[in-house]
Amino acid sequence: MKSLNEFVALFAEQFDETDASEITASTNYHDLDEWSSLIALSVIAMVDEEFDVALKGDDVKNSRTVEDLFNRVIAKQ
Amino acid sequence: MSYNPFSLQGKTILVTGASSGIGQDTAIECSRMGASVVITGRNEERLHETLSQMEGVGHSAIITDLDKQSEIDKLVEVCPTLDGLVNNAGRGLSKPVNFLKLNDFLDVYQTNLFGAALLTKGLLKKKKISKGASIVFTSSISSYITAAGLSVYASSKAAISGYMRTCALELGNKGIRCNAVLPGMVETKLINSGTYTDEDKQKDLNYYPLGRYGRPSDIAMGIIYLLSDASSWVTGIELVIDGGRMLK
Repeated sequence: MKSLNEFVALFAEQFDETDASEITASTNYHDLDEWSSLIALSVIAMVDEEFDVALKGDDVKNSRTVEDLFNRVIAKQ
Repeated sequence: MSYNPFSLQGKTILVTGASSGIGQDTAIECSRMGASVVITGRNEERLHETLSQMEGVGHSAIITDLDKQSEIDKLVEVCPTLDGLVNNAGRGLSKPVNFLKLNDFLDVYQTNLFGAALLTKGLLKKKKISKGASIVFTSSISSYITAAGLSVYASSKAAISGYMRTCALELGNKGIRCNAVLPGMVETKLINSGTYTDEDKQKDLNYYPLGRYGRPSDIAMGIIYLLSDASSWVTGIELVIDGGRMLK
């Protein structure tokens, strides 16, 4: 089972322009300039690959912070 | 008033993927147009739900998983001689290119392309597709206008079109016509399974001049045209049914 910190790092890997240091557990990712529907799809694919959890578009839309999303992943495991 | 060049009276038609969505409506509308319809799908309960909504007599439901060659063979064996085949069974996938694995392609291509091609082959080989018959494939406008995450799905649908055109060429001398319908977004389980949010849909709807997504029956009507004698001189075409999406 991966930790919150590991999740934050994997989450940050989906971005190209945004430096990993800008993304923490408490970051509201919707506010990031680079956030897009493609990155949302990438996050869903990453969670499928790393956690074997099928997130829905609404999970990503309705979570605010990276930690919120991590908690959803854990709840679905 | 009995003149109706779009009638399917006296025709026997096989519709795959008939347990939901476009296939379900196509099967029901074919029955209303007078055809005897054979429907296939994987889910027995939902397939019988389709059967119960069909009009007229002489229809049958055959549970078939087109991902399995043994089940295709069984279907070919029990299938009556056809005047129409609707290769409609399909599946979707939404995944960015940098996450794709071989199995993602295999799963989607198996259903969208291999299953349809191997069923068509089996039926042709056993002479179960009559002279003058019509084969219709459900493709997608995503083979032209795609979106992030659709590379596997869109390429599988583009492959169907290439396959369809070759079939049209090879089978023309038997009078067998092959065509495809290319739906835009249609309200079915395929798009309501969760990757798209309502917000995404609202934004996407701006690209539809007619202001709404398609209904399965919108596509079924195009399929009926291609199955009927009204399209006797039509082969190898892609019939776009998309509420104007390709205009934008």
